[in-house]
Amino acid sequence: MRYIKSFVFVFAFILLVQPLQAQQIAVKGETVYTMAGDPINDGVVLIKNGKIERVGPASNITVPSGYTIHEAKVVSPGLIDAHSVVGLAGHLNQDNDQDQLETSSAIQPELRAMDAYNAREALVGHLRDHGITTVHTGHGPGALISGQTMIVKTTGETVEEALVDSTTMLAFTMGSMISGAIKKPGTRSKGVAMLRQQLIKARSYAKKRANGDDYSVNLGMEALADLLDGKIKALVTVHKANDIMTALRLQQEFDFPMVVDGGAEAYLIIDELKAAGVPVIVHPTMMRTYGDGKNASFETAGKLYQAGIPVAFQSGYEGYVPKTRVILFEAGVAAANGLGKENALKVLTIEAAKLLGINNRVGSLEAGKDADIAMFDGDPLEYTSHITGVIIDGVKVK
Amino acid sequence: MIKPIRSILLASICALLFSLNGYTQSIPQAFKGAQIIPISGEPINNGVLIVENGTITTVGGASTNIPSDANVHNVSGKVIMPGLVDTHSHIGEGDGGDRSSALHPDVRIMDTIDPRSDTFRKALAGGITSVNVMPGSGHLMSGQTVYLKLRPANTIEDMLLVIDEEENIYGGMKMANGTNPIGNPPFPGTRAKSAALVRSLFVKAREYQAKIDAAGGDESKMPPRDIGMEALVQVLEGKRTVHNHTHRHDDILTAIRLSQEFGYDLVLQHVSEAWKVADEIAEAGVPASIITLDSFGGKLEAVDLKNANGKYLEDAGVMVGLHTDDGITDSRLFLRSAALAIREGMSRKGALESLTIANAKMMRIDDRVGTLEKGKDADFIILSGDPFSVYTHVEQTWIEGHNVWNRANEEDRKFATGGYEVFRGEVHTHHTDGGSQ
Repeated sequence: MRYIKSFVFVFAFILLVQPLQAQQIAVKGETVYTMAGDPINDGVVLIKNGKIERVGPASNITVPSGYTIHEAKVVSPGLIDAHSVVGLAGHLNQDNDQDQLETSSAIQPELRAMDAYNAREALVGHLRDHGITTVHTGHGPGALISGQTMIVKTTGETVEEALVDSTTMLAFTMGSMISGAIKKPGTRSKGVAMLRQQLIKARSYAKKRANGDDYSVNLGMEALADLLDGKIKALVTVHKANDIMTALRLQQEFDFPMVVDGGAEAYLIIDELKAAGVPVIVHPTMMRTYGDGKNASFETAGKLYQAGIPVAFQSGYEGYVPKTRVILFEAGVAAANGLGKENALKVLTIEAAKLLGINNRVGSLEAGKDADIAMFDGDPLEYTSHITGVIIDGVKVK
Repeated sequence: MIKPIRSILLASICALLFSLNGYTQSIPQAFKGAQIIPISGEPINNGVLIVENGTITTVGGASTNIPSDANVHNVSGKVIMPGLVDTHSHIGEGDGGDRSSALHPDVRIMDTIDPRSDTFRKALAGGITSVNVMPGSGHLMSGQTVYLKLRPANTIEDMLLVIDEEENIYGGMKMANGTNPIGNPPFPGTRAKSAALVRSLFVKAREYQAKIDAAGGDESKMPPRDIGMEALVQVLEGKRTVHNHTHRHDDILTAIRLSQEFGYDLVLQHVSEAWKVADEIAEAGVPASIITLDSFGGKLEAVDLKNANGKYLEDAGVMVGLHTDDGITDSRLFLRSAALAIREGMSRKGALESLTIANAKMMRIDDRVGTLEKGKDADFIILSGDPFSVYTHVEQTWIEGHNVWNRANEEDRKFATGGYEVFRGEVHTHHTDGGSQ
């Protein structure tokens, strides 16, 4: 009995693992955007064991035997959504699939993204089907500190299989966009005072922790101490120029790494953002213009990029219909409004990877990097083009 | 006494329109060199469009004779197509019925719209020239919709698209089924109750109609005036179209069933699960105005929404239109909605029609707008390139021979891009009124 079971198991294992692990793939593209140099006309990407083996013009590369060949008009690195809530937020939009915002308190830095991520959520598949292979997701906007974020690949059946980085940023919200469901500060200044008080506490906590003093572990303080120690970044969702300046003030006071998220009025304070060296994960280009984001512009991504401010695209958080946006589409509108096509493609891939600190693994087609690839039948940004294939970690997933 | 005042008013409105646009309409305007997509026929390369006195006089090829007194616009390399028609929008910052009832046939959104709302400029920036502005979907019947031409206007009357001169009808009737209108009494608690409430109302309307018929024109025998019933009689007589918000396949069929029972003219709106019942919709001969979105979900009824609905409906032989449902999608990007339908298999021809003539038919304004044909209103847009390319911009929007929006003008351009203090008005966000989409 036992023998048979083992035999069956081994047989099944071979069946399952063989096509996944030993895949050797050659992706041929009429245009290959490597993001590590000029696009290659008539290029080839060789993939082995989940990693990129070699990239170059077809004239220089002979595809070895045993490689499965895929062909596409346009090939690019897998796209990177620099801020989303998918996996914590589900497509049904019912209470039982909305875990991006805990409303029991306004400041909860201890909440981990991976503990609430549903790798099988249909919205994750929706992003994957649009060429997005990596997503920075987690707790959403709506609380002063709503929790932690993480980076995953848009594949895998469990968060463990999907995980790239378990703790990437702490999600802050500043301005007036704190959820009404939370016992929240009544004014902007009160919100900032609450954050300052908490960061002052965290400062002394971090000091004790660094000195090896006797202290009782507090999960929230652990996360804030990691922020103050520069191990994770603050992802501050903020739109109005004066609120962005307040975020910069807070950052300068406590000296933590920060990313501005949204930034509907970032174009008003380009010099200040540049001086502060703070990158911006720009609001979805097509964001609805109301509330703090009333003054959003299609031209923001282009203006910031031209000014030399690191930028990335996000699908953001959507509370209703549609339940998620798609960065491929947001990038298209930005491209047509001052950013330009080539820059938009960079922002979708290598620029996002750099901003998230994962460019050693993803964001460009270079030997040794993860084999994450998007294939298109035309200009990737055109509405009427299609994604013809997606490869993640060397496995064809679409 | 009344007549001269009205004439003076009309004259001053005309004067205002002319002064806003800097020239009179008596000079013909000729546009030459563009690719013209007339919708009524194949695209004409290097075409000529001539408009005069607010209407189209000529659509033709390069050899078309241009009158010597015409003001000639060289638009080589551009694309000209009819002004876009939006069958379902919430621009204008208007209101519909309140929470006192689930059915408000008496309520007119036209009584609440701000003609100066910047949302109209936003729509012009997207190339929209005619629009059906509707109250929301949080009611079984949220009120009378209004068909507007987006002329520069001081009053809502300046914008009305009157479809029935005799009865002064300039809109449809907004209805909704599915989950949005469900709530605590007086709102229905179930779908069956929703249908029963609608049926009861139409039964009453029929009785009211019968009383009017029985009076035979004798004022003394007429029933007491009921403005809600009067509007419903227009619906029963087929003079006022019902625009029915509906998502789920069974709700779509319920909307059709009710329209057949009472014999009213129906346009299905949203129709998220149209792909499941495309043949049934086709058999009923009911047109569908659909929406394309960046993702499915967000509410249970939209979980199965497909951007391929356009393709499925087209294949089944249904007349398909598109709408923005602004602010669900942005009026500035209405062309994009059609491009997304093409991405999922709709034909280019069908997509072009779904932005123009199909919508005009659904609003019964197809004798005036929706194609570029001699005698129709001179409503058209000049595009920088192919209508369905992401890189294409609307460069100019013309209504009745007037250039009402021009991207080259910074004061106009800002409505295309957004920016600091561009949009001051309310965007209908759908979060507060029980949802619209």
